[in-house]
Amino acid sequence: MASNAAVPFWRAAGMTYITYSNICANLVRKCLKEPFKAESINREKVHFSLSKWADGKPQKPVLRSDAPEV
Amino acid sequence: MLRQGSRLLSRSVTAASSKSATARAFSTELPSTIDSTFVESWKKVAPNMDPPQTPSSFMKPRPSTASSIPTKLTVNFVLPYASELSEKEVDMVIIPATTGQMGVLPGHVPTIAELKPGIMSVHEGTDIKKYFVSSGFAFLHANSVADIIAVEAVPLENIDAGQVQKGLAEFTQKLASATTDLEKAEAQIGVEVHSAMNAALSG
Repeated sequence: MASNAAVPFWRAAGMTYITYSNICANLVRKCLKEPFKAESINREKVHFSLSKWADGKPQKPVLRSDAPEV
Repeated sequence: MLRQGSRLLSRSVTAASSKSATARAFSTELPSTIDSTFVESWKKVAPNMDPPQTPSSFMKPRPSTASSIPTKLTVNFVLPYASELSEKEVDMVIIPATTGQMGVLPGHVPTIAELKPGIMSVHEGTDIKKYFVSSGFAFLHANSVADIIAVEAVPLENIDAGQVQKGLAEFTQKLASATTDLEKAEAQIGVEVHSAMNAALSG
């Protein structure tokens, strides 16, 4: 049974749909006019604290603030 | 794959009969000795048992489709951070599907469409509202309800033409100089999105 339907070029290059969709959204956000651009970039910021576990106890947490980038 | 089917079937039958001691019978074959007590007790219980249920019997009933086509299309247009249109009754919606601009009227055949970067326009009487959609999906249901989901959708006035031109030039150059598959794909996406924005602003 042959593969059905031509795969999109990004899938062929090993990219998933979510990655593709996020790249598209980031590009659109970068091309916005000023107040909207700052708002949207602010909206998409994430802050999280990551702690690895060893021997059943959490180690020192790492705080990360990532702004999205293409 | 199915060409071997008959050979495999005949092979298993002969195997079962010749070496029944070592080969196990399939569960669908009748047992060689029938246990009469089991059959008796089964016959007593069987008429009172319901047949096993299938997953679809646990689903909520689907919303019914009106017998006549409704006059208006109900649109739910949502973004991850906001609900842009919620149960809005409109006349028509034109969505940028990967297969081209698709016009959706009430009574449209149920469809799931993947959206490409492009303009989505909502027509209500003489009012036309346009959004530039980055990507997403549109689910058109049989009862004339359209669920459109997008990651980023902006009114055309909010797009800066200068930055679009700059981005287009940058990504066209990146596409020409890309080496790995992934770089080429990223540059290609950049070119597509910026050309779509360009066309949206000028069209």
